[in-house]
Amino acid sequence: MSMQSQIMGKISEALSPEHLEVINESHGHSVAPGSETHFKVVVVSGEFTGVGAVARHRRLYQILSEELRNGVHALALHTYTPAEWQLTGQAPPSPPCLGGSKA
Amino acid sequence: MEILETIKQQIEQNPVILYMKGSPDAPQCGFSQRTSQAVMACGKRFAFVDILTNPDIRANLPAYANWPTFPQLWVKGELVGGCDIVTEMHAKGELQPLIDSAVAE
Repeated sequence: MSMQSQIMGKISEALSPEHLEVINESHGHSVAPGSETHFKVVVVSGEFTGVGAVARHRRLYQILSEELRNGVHALALHTYTPAEWQLTGQAPPSPPCLGGSKA
Repeated sequence: MEILETIKQQIEQNPVILYMKGSPDAPQCGFSQRTSQAVMACGKRFAFVDILTNPDIRANLPAYANWPTFPQLWVKGELVGGCDIVTEMHAKGELQPLIDSAVAE
């Protein structure tokens, strides 16, 4: 199973998201072709209602702790409640690599 | 244990401190660059630590912070977040008042 599907599976199970995107952005970074190191995650879930930004991200880091220990190096996290997502509708783009993210 | 004491002191003694890859003038990672630009745009002095040249801090801060990645912005002893949170707060106009209040105290 690809890391992308593994991440999707873990988040789907834990947060029952209304909307979920997991995008492998590794190709934009200084890693080998085909790497699974940098991901962008967009999650819309009712579980985030009344939960602050830091706590939302910690929840995702906890859900993906195994992946973070095993090769995932960067996670761009964009978390929304269904109401916030209705207002925004899309997550911002990730920044470009500057080369220092090896290891 | 000494390194945890150092981290604690840095966070307690600097009202605004950014742990990042590289420096604000020469960031080594797009996430660190974007975060430091948002903090610089607030126009106040802030401290930073380059975790690439401080491997002990890089190794130990994630567990202390309960936050596995960098950059990390800390204001008034509290973790504000990483690139995504800081950038969003900046876009919403929430970062400036937070930093102003920290530096004014």
